[in-house]
Amino acid sequence: MRGIIASMFDGVLVGAVYGLAAIGLSLIWGVMDVINLTHGALIVSGMFGVYLLVAGLGISPYLALVPVAAAGFLIGLAIYWASVHRMIGRPHLMSLLATFAVNMVLIGLGTAIFSTSPFNVNVALPGITWGGYTFTGTKIVAALAAVVIAGLLYAFLYRTREGKAIRAVASNRRAAELMGIHSSRVLAVAFGLGAAIAAAGGALIATLFTFDVLRGSVYELKSFVICVLGGLGNPLGALGGGILLGVLEGGIAPFISVSWIPVIEFALFVVILIRFSQGLFVRGRAK
Amino acid sequence: MSIRKPFFWLLLVMIGFFALAPRVTGDFMLLQDLSVVVVSIILVSNLNLMIGYTGYVNFGNIVFFGLGGYIGINGLYYWGWNPFLSALFAGAVVGLLTLLLGLGVLRLRGPFFALATIGVLEATKAFVSNFEPWQGAEGINLPFSVFDSVGGLANVGWYVYAALVGVMAASLFLSYWVKTSKFGLGLFAIREDEEAAQVLGVKAPLFKALVYAMSGVLPAVTGTLVAYKEAVIDPEKAFDLHRSIEAIVMLMLGGQGTIAGPILGAVAYEQLRSYLLTSEFFSHFHLIIAGGLLLLTVLFVPGGVMGWLYRQCPALRSILE
Repeated sequence: MRGIIASMFDGVLVGAVYGLAAIGLSLIWGVMDVINLTHGALIVSGMFGVYLLVAGLGISPYLALVPVAAAGFLIGLAIYWASVHRMIGRPHLMSLLATFAVNMVLIGLGTAIFSTSPFNVNVALPGITWGGYTFTGTKIVAALAAVVIAGLLYAFLYRTREGKAIRAVASNRRAAELMGIHSSRVLAVAFGLGAAIAAAGGALIATLFTFDVLRGSVYELKSFVICVLGGLGNPLGALGGGILLGVLEGGIAPFISVSWIPVIEFALFVVILIRFSQGLFVRGRAK
Repeated sequence: MSIRKPFFWLLLVMIGFFALAPRVTGDFMLLQDLSVVVVSIILVSNLNLMIGYTGYVNFGNIVFFGLGGYIGINGLYYWGWNPFLSALFAGAVVGLLTLLLGLGVLRLRGPFFALATIGVLEATKAFVSNFEPWQGAEGINLPFSVFDSVGGLANVGWYVYAALVGVMAASLFLSYWVKTSKFGLGLFAIREDEEAAQVLGVKAPLFKALVYAMSGVLPAVTGTLVAYKEAVIDPEKAFDLHRSIEAIVMLMLGGQGTIAGPILGAVAYEQLRSYLLTSEFFSHFHLIIAGGLLLLTVLFVPGGVMGWLYRQCPALRSILE
């Protein structure tokens, strides 16, 4: 019993980090109604960003979060202007395909540079031991960092003028424009912000697990599950969704072999999508 | 679909070309190259039923191909059936499964359906990788004795190619029939405005599930044929998300919603790919170039080659469909 609780608590820690990565997807989805299929590539670029900074400059991976997030923001702006801007308001098919195309280019670049061999970031932190189970220090710090970043985002969205503009555009772009908000600038900033958070999430994941260029798709799918669990376009809901997914993963991990977890996860993803689609679409229509 | 239309005969001539070219020249390399193109045309043409006609993106379309391959191999290897019978059996089973799945998944609309299709693909792949009777992640290697029924290894390429051309013909005429049928009109209505279509009496959920299942049958048959010819099937290759995406690239390139578009797109893309893979410099940038091509198509020519042709020469609309 104690083992299950420990495993679930471990899931909470990892889930908070997954949740942070998913916030990036959720923010973009909520603000501009675009499903960002470059999300996985952004997570991976965060992973490799932190790897390069730690291996090259020898700085702490947690300090490296700042430049990684900044670079993520710039990459996000570039992706927005290259592919998403022309797709706003067009059929979903087009923005899905456009972002997927950018994703292919980014993954292709990554494969050409880093090949597909695994990498890892070495961090040594003391863990906490509880009744024979050890929680590694990296997971605790990463979860705390994820919560802090999510809190900062919340403060930005609800307390600053820029953040309020983003929320205004999300709830009604036309009306926001009539109030004098420059909507395409706000959309670009929101996309950059989503990308920065995805990159930061990727950077934190890199401190926990080994990774490779193709790993992004796994976390991208997790992010979709989390976004649906937490409610779409609700960034803080995504953090909760992440923790829920983590608990679920931690809770079933002791009972089945690791290779079955993806089966359960993806099946759950499809079931949740179907089960909750009705509610989601009622909201979609009301817009 | 009418035999009085020039396009009908154009299709027949093209299929005849594919059927006869390797036979007449007796060139085995040409046979291999054309097999790849024919498989792509089948996949893209069936995907077009979903994306082009109904406006629903199926990112996981390769799941039909992979699962069909496994079911067919199960039939011909474990149960000792005739390979071509197994292929048809695989098509029927996958069609039925897809219909059941479609009735559930197609309650989702737009982007949610697209996401769910990735989930369906990954879940199936993860399941098959763990499924012991199909030897899990190892995959199934067929002994050469399975080729006895067609007269050994030397003949299998020719038999399978003939069957593939048949499946391609079926795919193209299916596309043509759907496009000109009342069912197809219903699908177009769903693509343009699902709510309005429902108000006008189109049974959208049923239509979508039917077309989803329909788009799965022939790729499943193809999956068995290809796995049989290669004498091997494993989850990584059978459920490769990249192949799904390549099919989408080909479709967008050629022109979604048309019948000739998938053919043009598949031929052009396969030509490009064989050049990229043989060129020393470009072989590393295969994904980048495919992605760039897709992005440029989506941004600047959303109608693909066919859309561009129609704009240049509107009279073509009545000849090329």
